[in-house]
Amino acid sequence: MAYSDKVLDHYENPRNVGRLDDGDANVGTGMVGAPACGDVMRLQIKVDGDGVIEDAKFKTYGCGSAIASSSLLTEWVKGRSLEDATQIRNKDIADELGLPPVKIHCSVLAEDAIKAAIADVRKKQGQSEAAEDEAVAEA
Amino acid sequence: MQLPIYLDYSATTPVDPRVAKAMAECLTIESNFGNPASRSHQFGWKAEEAVENARRNVADLVNCDPREIVWTSGATEADNLALKGAAHFHHRKGKHIITSKIEHKAVLDSCRQLEREGYDVTYLDPDGNGLISPETVEKALRPDTILVSLMHVNNEIGVINDIEAIGEVTRRNKVIFHVDAAQSAGKLEIDLEKMQVDLMAFTAHKIYGPKGIGALYVRRKPRARIEAQMHGGGHERGMRSGTLATHQIVGMGEAYRIAREEMAEEARRTRALRDRLLRGLEDIEEVYVNGDLTQRVPGNLNISFNFVEGESLMMALRELALSSGSACTSASLEPSYVLRAIGRNDELAHSSLRISIGRFTTEQDIDYAIERIRHAVAKLRELSPLWDMYKDGVDLDQVQWAAH
Repeated sequence: MAYSDKVLDHYENPRNVGRLDDGDANVGTGMVGAPACGDVMRLQIKVDGDGVIEDAKFKTYGCGSAIASSSLLTEWVKGRSLEDATQIRNKDIADELGLPPVKIHCSVLAEDAIKAAIADVRKKQGQSEAAEDEAVAEA
Repeated sequence: MQLPIYLDYSATTPVDPRVAKAMAECLTIESNFGNPASRSHQFGWKAEEAVENARRNVADLVNCDPREIVWTSGATEADNLALKGAAHFHHRKGKHIITSKIEHKAVLDSCRQLEREGYDVTYLDPDGNGLISPETVEKALRPDTILVSLMHVNNEIGVINDIEAIGEVTRRNKVIFHVDAAQSAGKLEIDLEKMQVDLMAFTAHKIYGPKGIGALYVRRKPRARIEAQMHGGGHERGMRSGTLATHQIVGMGEAYRIAREEMAEEARRTRALRDRLLRGLEDIEEVYVNGDLTQRVPGNLNISFNFVEGESLMMALRELALSSGSACTSASLEPSYVLRAIGRNDELAHSSLRISIGRFTTEQDIDYAIERIRHAVAKLRELSPLWDMYKDGVDLDQVQWAAH
């Protein structure tokens, strides 16, 4: 199978590979896929006080298109608000990378990963805000 | 060293220059272009002589009578002719066929077709090393079993079934035994005097001959009976009609002649290269060799690198031409059915590489491959969340994955 130049670029030089501290209340983690299906993505985002994504990291087990989809996604979400990041669609990723039809599922997985990461950080922040409210009420 | 390096000799081989030369002498007006079936002039006689000479070369490699060799278009056609031909001929005796789950698709899909025609097929499970034992075959026999079809050497993992021992079981029970020898002819000794095999499929292109030519061995004593699948001019004693492709047949004959002369030396050389490759890779963490290492053809290594996905590995190894059991490299999006059948989980099946070594592979090729593979595995594990989890001591089998 021939890969597009953009897929090859992200595969050869993946952006933002790594991990963020999942214990941090401002970090959201989305882990999607399954080893049995041949792809697992872990996407992490860190939001600042204004709800803007200041950092993003990924690691992906999967084919070159899956790696490229998650690498591209980390570039795209940095600097965006959480609300804005939820607007990213798999089609945008597939179009940008020129994915062939058999690789569309890689971009779907990337969309699932960012949604899961956003949901995770929102849940965490909701909980910590609730805890702060409680602390305020008790004082 | 010329890149990319070809390490996929189990898929096909380049034609040996000596073979190409012999073939080129059977095409043009100045050379041996006649129809071997033409009985009325010397063009035909000369072509027939070349075909019969090739038939003797094939027969000599596997120690049978040349009259037991039927030319086909390849091993796929030979398998189809053997299975359907024997099943159709013997359908009044019974309709049960035994094969294994790790056969080549030419056998499995022929069996599926026979099932649609009302035959009953048992698919044997190989052991964890990929082997089928004579006892497994014997246990599966029924009074209505007419045919057993097993491969000599598996195309993905290169393991060797004990055909001689299985042949004793089938002969004792008066069941026809077909063997797909596409991956073994020219690599291992085949002695059809000793092996009680009734039908055996061969190909040329796995052993430095051309694509598009193969043969079916059909035993004369005791006589194996098959029904023709291709009807026409009654060529090949009525078992396979169609004008014989002189140049293809001459190519196969020359390839088999060379194999007979050079097989022992070549096996020694390719085994040394395979062992060199294995030594260069086996100390990597979480590496698994798939299939038995001793009961195996010399040039094959099938190896899984846990927590690394096969297609991305192949992408990192673009200078190496090899195969993967990864789903992403197959049209069906299923990982290798062979690796699944020998008990490898999906992850390891997805993470496998088949590296096959042959006549033109050098030590430098192997050393380069080792260096590239080690580099790629390390790089991709850095990218792999599964590798992180493994290193953190997480049991991946206990994780609830969101399957998609």
